[in-house]
Amino acid sequence: MTTAAIQVTGLEKSYKDVKVLRGVDFDVERGSIFALLGSNGAGKTTIVRILATLLRADAGTATVNGFNTQADAEKVRESYSLTGQFAAVDEILTGRENLVLVARLRHLEDPGAIADELLERFSLTDAAARKVSTYSGGMRRRLDIAMSLIGNPPIIFLDEPTTGLDPQARIEVWQSVRELASRGTTVLLTTQYLDEAEQLADRIAILHEGRIIVNGTLADLKKLLPPAKVEYVEKQPTLEEVFLSIVGDGGKAGARGKVGADS
Amino acid sequence: MTTHFIGDTAVLTGRSLRHITRSLDTIITTLLMPIGFMLLFVYVFGGAIKTGSGPYVDYLLPGILLIAIASGISYTGFRLFLDMKSGIFERFQSMPIARSGVLWAHVLTSLVANMVSAAVVVGVALILGFRSGAGVLAWLAVAGILALFTLALTWIAVIAGLDAKSPDGASAFSYPIIFLPFISSAFVPTATMPGPVRWFAENQPVTSIVNSIRELLAQKPVSGELWIALAWCVGILIVAFAFAMSIYRRKIS
Repeated sequence: MTTAAIQVTGLEKSYKDVKVLRGVDFDVERGSIFALLGSNGAGKTTIVRILATLLRADAGTATVNGFNTQADAEKVRESYSLTGQFAAVDEILTGRENLVLVARLRHLEDPGAIADELLERFSLTDAAARKVSTYSGGMRRRLDIAMSLIGNPPIIFLDEPTTGLDPQARIEVWQSVRELASRGTTVLLTTQYLDEAEQLADRIAILHEGRIIVNGTLADLKKLLPPAKVEYVEKQPTLEEVFLSIVGDGGKAGARGKVGADS
Repeated sequence: MTTHFIGDTAVLTGRSLRHITRSLDTIITTLLMPIGFMLLFVYVFGGAIKTGSGPYVDYLLPGILLIAIASGISYTGFRLFLDMKSGIFERFQSMPIARSGVLWAHVLTSLVANMVSAAVVVGVALILGFRSGAGVLAWLAVAGILALFTLALTWIAVIAGLDAKSPDGASAFSYPIIFLPFISSAFVPTATMPGPVRWFAENQPVTSIVNSIRELLAQKPVSGELWIALAWCVGILIVAFAFAMSIYRRKIS
């Protein structure tokens, strides 16, 4: 088995005559958080769908956890979990039933206990017995991510996990992603938010017009620009900091503990 | 993959059956129209229709059952469409499960829901005076024909659910099927219809299915109509299944 959790070489994909990917190459190291940064329509989701075996590439190869996405699709699906752009949860079931459903489909022992543990970990215990249709956007996203963690897949794909979330929910999701990585899970994250990549990622790749144009650590990327000048600037609080301090969330502490009451 | 097919399909079927028990209105609304037609024809038009001996409700019931099933499968298309739209379909496809179980779960749910509807329609018919001396075997044969008819229409619903662009599109396909019994022997004998209409009525699937069920319930010897009915059901089933699977394969790869 290779050391990289994900290896992508020469990936190409066209929709009709629009070339979305024109030869994408990158590797993701085990246990790291890798951010794929790009504007809307850059092809981020296409890459994720190819890695997730939901789409076939026109050319190039992709391996996930050492398995080829075309030849060993079944093994690939055992190795990752996908959290798509829109929370893929069952609205008619309760939060707990959603988790139990996924645990059953992964053929795990004691689905109920797994569900309860995840509800606790994602501060959804109070809402466990409510239909998901009554959940707030942040709660839905947390449930969505919790569903992805069932069975402890070594690799997680997060496709724009915070798009459309409010600042608090965003911080909660970031907290979950960090926690995941600290447990050794490899995270491939796509985002259009620069600060998200800056906050979370060990490595950042910028996807532009179907190619990776830069790939490196945050420090590497910063070196690409002219050296920093020293300037004296009055440090004004950002609107986000103002918002979070007024609504009393203590910023980075995240919203664990008070969640569930917020919808 | 196939080792878990039965288990995975059972879990997913449990899920969509739970959707139905949480929104019983989906069964009730699909039953309103067939029961309404039954009341209308038994109490308003029925007196003027000559069908030979026996109460009109006995003559009418088979056609009403087919209408109930045709209106029931519109929800099968709708439920599948919602799964496609909400992304949960893709979530299931991205998991290490027997992937086609996702479709089969909808098919089984459709079968169960429509058999329940059919039983309710028979119950209402009994209240309206329907009587049959048919034995267990004849009833089983009727249930078998209805199940086959449900499966055939369900695979048409799967095509609509997979391919529809809007919730209306996912259920509108059932309207023509609901009205097909009107141009058949379901409500009136075909003998009074003018030439071309009569030809259509006598050669479309509903007439042979209705006639077969009617013969079984009236304890008459089953004629060749039964084989025509089965051929229609199996034929539609195979064609719809093939179409649905080719659309499904296109969607998942």
